[in-house]
Formats: sequence, structure tokens, C-alpha cells
Amino acid sequence: MRAHLPILPVLLSLAGALLLPLVGLATRRAAWSLAVASAGAATLAAAAGLVDVLVRGTQRYPVGGWPPPWGIELVLDPLSAFMATSVSGVSTLALLGAGAGVAAGVGAPVFYALALIALTGFLGMIASGDLFNVFVFLEIASISSYALVASGGGAALVAGFRYVVLGTVGASFYLLGVGLLYALTGTLNMADLAARLPAVADSPLFVGGVAFVVIGLAIKMGLFPLHGWLPDAYTYAPNAVSTLLAPVGTKAAAYALARTLLYVLRPEGLPVNATVAWAGGAAVLAGGVMAARQVDSRRLLAYSSVSQLGYIALGLGLANAPALAGAYFHVLNHALMKAALFMVVGAAGLQGRGPALRTLGLGPAMPVTTVCAVVAALSMVGVPPVGGFFSKWYLLQGAIEAGQPLLAAVVLVGTLLALVYMYRLTESVWFPAPAGRGAAPEAPAPVLVALLLLTVAMVAAGLANAPIVTRILAPAAAR
Amino acid sequence: MNYPYWVAVFLLMLGLYVMVAQRNLLKKLVGMNIFQTAIILFFLLLSVKRHATLPIVPGTVGDVRGFMNPLPHALMLTAIVVMVATTGVALAILIRLHTAYGSLEERVIAERLSAPPGPAAGPEAGR
Repeated sequence: MRAHLPILPVLLSLAGALLLPLVGLATRRAAWSLAVASAGAATLAAAAGLVDVLVRGTQRYPVGGWPPPWGIELVLDPLSAFMATSVSGVSTLALLGAGAGVAAGVGAPVFYALALIALTGFLGMIASGDLFNVFVFLEIASISSYALVASGGGAALVAGFRYVVLGTVGASFYLLGVGLLYALTGTLNMADLAARLPAVADSPLFVGGVAFVVIGLAIKMGLFPLHGWLPDAYTYAPNAVSTLLAPVGTKAAAYALARTLLYVLRPEGLPVNATVAWAGGAAVLAGGVMAARQVDSRRLLAYSSVSQLGYIALGLGLANAPALAGAYFHVLNHALMKAALFMVVGAAGLQGRGPALRTLGLGPAMPVTTVCAVVAALSMVGVPPVGGFFSKWYLLQGAIEAGQPLLAAVVLVGTLLALVYMYRLTESVWFPAPAGRGAAPEAPAPVLVALLLLTVAMVAAGLANAPIVTRILAPAAAR
Repeated sequence: MNYPYWVAVFLLMLGLYVMVAQRNLLKKLVGMNIFQTAIILFFLLLSVKRHATLPIVPGTVGDVRGFMNPLPHALMLTAIVVMVATTGVALAILIRLHTAYGSLEERVIAERLSAPPGPAAGPEAGR
């Protein structure tokens, strides 16, 4: 069993997805239980993999027994183990909270099956050590994401179609880049490629390959200014879908960007890292300004995602030890807080409130939900001891260490912008909505449990930041 | 000498242009498919080799220079499956859009989206 830890999360999630349509015939509750159980099992397997990596070091898993570089290889190292644990854990909680809200549009078993296929894709992208295999898992995740977004109907159909077109352009660019690199080196295995590329780094094929791979993944990640699909998709998708995809969907692509750019391609002679860092800086500012101007809570959260993804890209671009630790840590922190906030909006939606900010008002009627929203908002702004503070702190350290005072200033200004838009959200959540609305009952139990677990995880990630960074993320950032 | 690659590049540009310039969503999808096909063509061109045969080997391999590279074909088999699945999802979305709005023109859908919901929006129901 221990030898199979690299592939186990992917298989558990896939098995759940395949069983779901059968079980879903029985009852909706059975479909929900199976989805949560399957994602939970994937989380446990990923966490076991993380422990195993910390004890035994990097594990390589030749799929089907075909040795690399000919066969496909899965690699479990500190970075991929941390990402797999974060992504599957947050997805489990998002699915747990979805139990109360999945109703209109797509049938419940279909929603859960698509969600697990998407999770399979994310986990596969994270586990894979082969460039083409990453493409396949990227598309597995993307195609189910398109369907999930479009299941909202109405404006979500338009957003979903735009997501299909732009997402496919992104994936195709990535594939084209992989093709150029394959033409140059004759290999698709990441480790093999990393060893062969330095000898041919001055070839125009290498320049083209790097450009297409990075631009393709930046589109998938929603990195400003290639984020065109993101705000509409997360605004109009059903709440349960946004709660699942907004926290983890873009993170898997961010991981793929980090893995290919920093550990495989390493284009030292090209200004790629600087471009990614400055695009991230621009994203922090532009996303923050746009978020502060929104009157719809979900659109506010979507633009906040653009801004927070900018932080991650900024750290990846700077690529020194503290910046990378901050970027990777921010993947976890942002996933936790964005899942919690979308879940709060979803809980309000169950009571017929929102998504417009002025009709949100959960006020004293839903105290637990309100407190969780406030903690998540504090994390977004970056108030210690909640997790978001520490990831931004490491990013700030990284920017200063890299001798980039402007980017350090961007990190700080982004925090001020987050304060503005999170204040607007918190204010509208905290105070009761204007007249005409009765007292709302507290959110249903599954939502409350998921929200509380997310909130506890946010605080725990903040309090445990030192061991997380020194034990897991520092080895992950070493390259 | 490398003129087949120029065909791939032309198709790539054509697909991108159609996706950007066309205002009809179905035509955008056609552009997307041209774009994807161009990449498949590009990959297959990588395995083309003069004076070589199919990589089907009875018995011992011998001189590998006499065979074409089978890997790009295997990769593109997968990519075609991905492309079909993407097109399927996109078409399903377009069918639902057409049912909901009675058109696949971007402009018409945007108009009907921004119009207030209600039966038979008359001239006074517009903005």
C-alpha cells in the first residue's frame, strides 16, 4: 500500500466519480455521502503521502510498471504532497458544505460525479511527472469544470462557453509548447527534460516552448491580464460550484506553472520569471481595485481571486526561498478562505439572501456563519494569527530579499485593497439587511460543520506556520 | 523545405482569428476546432520521416532509423479524445443557450440577458 501512495488519491477520487452515477440512482443523500467519503479518503491518502515524503523523501512511481522516461511517472515530493493534501482537503470540505445547497440546474448525482472528476484531474496534475500527462489531467479537470460552471443556466451558460473557448486556447498553447520542447529534446518526462534542456537552452524552439507553456498555464490559472474567463465563471456558476472551483481550480494550474517553470524549464536566460512576477503584481492591484468596486458579493470574491492569485504568481516569479514558501503557503490559505467565503454566500443564498451585497445581511440571526466570514476576511486582509498574514509576510520577505522594493510595496498595497473590499463584504454580512426580511435561521448543519472546519484550519495554518514552512515548504522550495 | 509546418501555423492563426472575429458562438467553436486541429497536425509532422515505414515490428527491431516515431501519434490519439470531449461540452452548452435565448449571436444573447426577465419583452421592456 505504501508503495502506491503517489497514485492512491487520484484513484480514490476517480473510483468515487465512477461509482456515483450508480449510487446516485438510489438517493441524493447517498450520492452526497459517497462524494464526501471519496474525497475524504483521497485527502487521507494525500496526507499519508505527505507524512511518507517527510519520512522517506521523494517517491517515484512508474505507472503500470513502465520505467521512465518511456513510461509515465508520478512523483511524490514535498511540494506535490503538500498541494495534493491542500487541494483534496479543501475540496472535501466544499463537497461537505454542498450537501445542503445542491438543488436547481444539474441533478445532484451529476454534480457530485463532475466534482469528483474535476478533483481527479487536479490531483492527477499535481501527481504527474510527465508533461503530456499533465495536459491530459488538466483537460479532465477543465472539461468537468466547464460543465459545472455552465450547469447554472442563464448567464452561467454564456460564462461557461467563454470558459470553454479561453480554457481550450490555454490548454492548446500548453500542448503546443510541450510539442516544441518534445521536438527539441525527444522526451516528455519532467526529470529527463530538466536534465536535457540546459544543453539546448539557446535554441529558438526552447524560447517558443517556454513562452507557450507559460502563457497557456497562465490562462488556466487566471493570471492577470489573461483572467478574462474567471470573473463571470465564478459569479454565475451555482454557489456549490464556485465554492469548489474558486479555491482549488486555479491553484492546480498555478502548481503546474510552478512545477514546469521553476523545476523543469528554468529559463535563466529569458525574462520569464520577472514577467510572471510583474504580472502577479499587476494582478494584485487590478484585481483588488476591481473587487473593491463590485456590488455583487460573488463577483467581489471572484475579483479577489484574481488579486490573490496575483500574490501566488508574484511569489513564483521572485522564486527565492521565502517568496516560494509564501506562494505555496498562500495556495493553502487562499483555498481555505475563498472556500469559506463562497460557502457563506451560499448559506445566505439558501435563506434567499444575496448575492447583492446590500441584501446579504446575515447579522445576529446567523452568528456562527457571520463569525466564520469575519475570520476568513481577516485572513484575506492578512491579520495575524490567521494564515493569510503569514503567507503575505513570507512574500514580503521574498520581495525585499530579491531587491524589489516596488513588488514589496505592491504586496502591502494589495493588503490595503483587500482591507477595503473585505470590509465591504464583512459589513454587509455583519449588519442585518434592510427592512422586509425576517430573521433567518442559522445555516444547515453540513454547511456549519464545513465552515467551522475551514475556519479552524485557517487559524491552525496561521498558528502552525513555522513548522509548515520549515518542515514542508522549505524543502519544497529548494530546487 | 519545412512547408508542411507553415500549413500548421496558418491553420493555427486561422483558428485564432475565427475565434476572435466571429460574433456567432457556433462559429467561434468551429474556430476553436481548427485551432486544435492545427496543433494535432503539428505533432504528427514531428514524426514524419523520409524512407521510413510504420513502426510495426515483427521479431527483432534492428535498425530503428527505418521506422517513424510512433509516440506523437499515440499522444495525438489522446489529444483527439480531449478535443472531442471539449467540443461535446461546448455543443451541449450551445444547445442550452439556443433553447434559452433562441439565438447563438453574441449580441442577441447579451441583449436578452440584460433585459429584465418576463414574458414577451415588448419594446417598452428594453432599456
